[in-house]
Amino acid sequence: MDTRQFTITDLKRILLEGAGADEAVDLDGDILDLAFDELGYESLALLETTGRIEREYGISLDDDTLLDGATPRSIIAAVNSRLSVAADAA
Amino acid sequence: MTVKTVVTGLGVASPNGLGTADFWAATRSGKSGIGRITRFDPAGYPARLAGEIPGFAAEQYLPSRLLPQTDRMTRLALVAADWALEDAGVRPGELPEFDMGVVTASSSGGFEFGQGELQALWSKGSQYVSAYQSFAWFYAVNSGQISIRNGMKGPSSVVVSDQAGGLDAVAQARRQIRRGTGLVVSGAVDASICPWGWVAQLAGDRLSTSDEPTQAYLPFDSAARGHVPGEGGAILILESEQVARERGARIYGEIAGYGATMDPRPGSGAEPGLRRAIELALRDAGAEPGEVDVVFADAAAVPELDRAEADALRAVFGPRGVPVTAPKTMTGRLYSGAAPLDLATAVLSMAAGLIPPTVNVDPAPGYDLDLVVDRRTADIRTALVLARGAGGFNSALVVRAA
Repeated sequence: MDTRQFTITDLKRILLEGAGADEAVDLDGDILDLAFDELGYESLALLETTGRIEREYGISLDDDTLLDGATPRSIIAAVNSRLSVAADAA
Repeated sequence: MTVKTVVTGLGVASPNGLGTADFWAATRSGKSGIGRITRFDPAGYPARLAGEIPGFAAEQYLPSRLLPQTDRMTRLALVAADWALEDAGVRPGELPEFDMGVVTASSSGGFEFGQGELQALWSKGSQYVSAYQSFAWFYAVNSGQISIRNGMKGPSSVVVSDQAGGLDAVAQARRQIRRGTGLVVSGAVDASICPWGWVAQLAGDRLSTSDEPTQAYLPFDSAARGHVPGEGGAILILESEQVARERGARIYGEIAGYGATMDPRPGSGAEPGLRRAIELALRDAGAEPGEVDVVFADAAAVPELDRAEADALRAVFGPRGVPVTAPKTMTGRLYSGAAPLDLATAVLSMAAGLIPPTVNVDPAPGYDLDLVVDRRTADIRTALVLARGAGGFNSALVVRAA
């Protein structure tokens, strides 16, 4: 059974690889509930980030994962939900 | 009264100098930036020399947010724009955002970025193509990124007409200033020294295949054999003269006249359009040919194109009637970046009182040009910059000392 968990550490790594970080934002701070635009990421950065998550974890995220107001917490939950579905199916 | 457009800031990224000071020190002393390509192994290609910008580390200048989404040409353009704004003493955050525009030229777009994403597509699949490929390759991306980085929401666009575009963009910027925009960031930076960009340039059949940097790019020489491509260009800050004087800005020179023409249909036997472009630019500037103190030539180094340029210059100025120089013999042809760099060089020449040299060239006597092969002291008040683009574009621009 696949027990992988997607964490904030994974998300920050992928954000940095795919889109860098805004100089005015501390990604190591308490960012879980901040919207991505508050973190300095526009929609393309989010698209690039979820694309990287999908190919690294072999999952497919719903389009509404990226709706306005998405936060690190909401993305992490969506990824872990997909991972558990994939694990149950295995 | 027509609003006058003046140059108040320069940002230079050239193969023979990164930053205006390094560039001018090299250019006035004839130091070339042409060498064997290092950015990829050129051994399997018929042309192997280029003017590469050495030692540009984008991460020293730009935030990490911008690096994954920018081609090399955009990184160079963003940094050159930063330098030009600093040189002009302009802090964009303190100005009305709709009173600042960006008009650049582009010749090829972001080829190196695009090559990487196409390689990812073919070797791994569409999931591996960056979301930023949607704009990172695009002609307008330098204008867009400069606009976003500096909060400039006034009239902005890109002009695409190969090498002539470098002047066409400055002319379009001047139009926007005449219509009331206080400041326009203009000029151009091109860079496509990557395998994909290289084969596209080879297809034009105008590249020199020499392996000897001092013998490869020889405009107006009987040994002319095509050009060496380079990367880089210049970003210029243009303002209305009134705005510039009110804030006490240093004025490098005035964009005084411009003309653009298209060549006649190939094979028609009609005269090429360059002479008319020069005459239009002089008329627009209200200048007589005798007032022009130096010409920065297009300098194609393709024999029939050198002949056409020499014919046009003789027709307007008479045999050996004006000093002509091609400092681009030190950088290679920079496509849309070439003419803005020549424009920057022209105003630096005015300030220094000298004409930088055309290096390595032994002028063919038949052209009857006064080609400046050793740098020359001169009082320069008025300069003419020429640029032609593949496909029949001819542009001429007159710049006057302030």
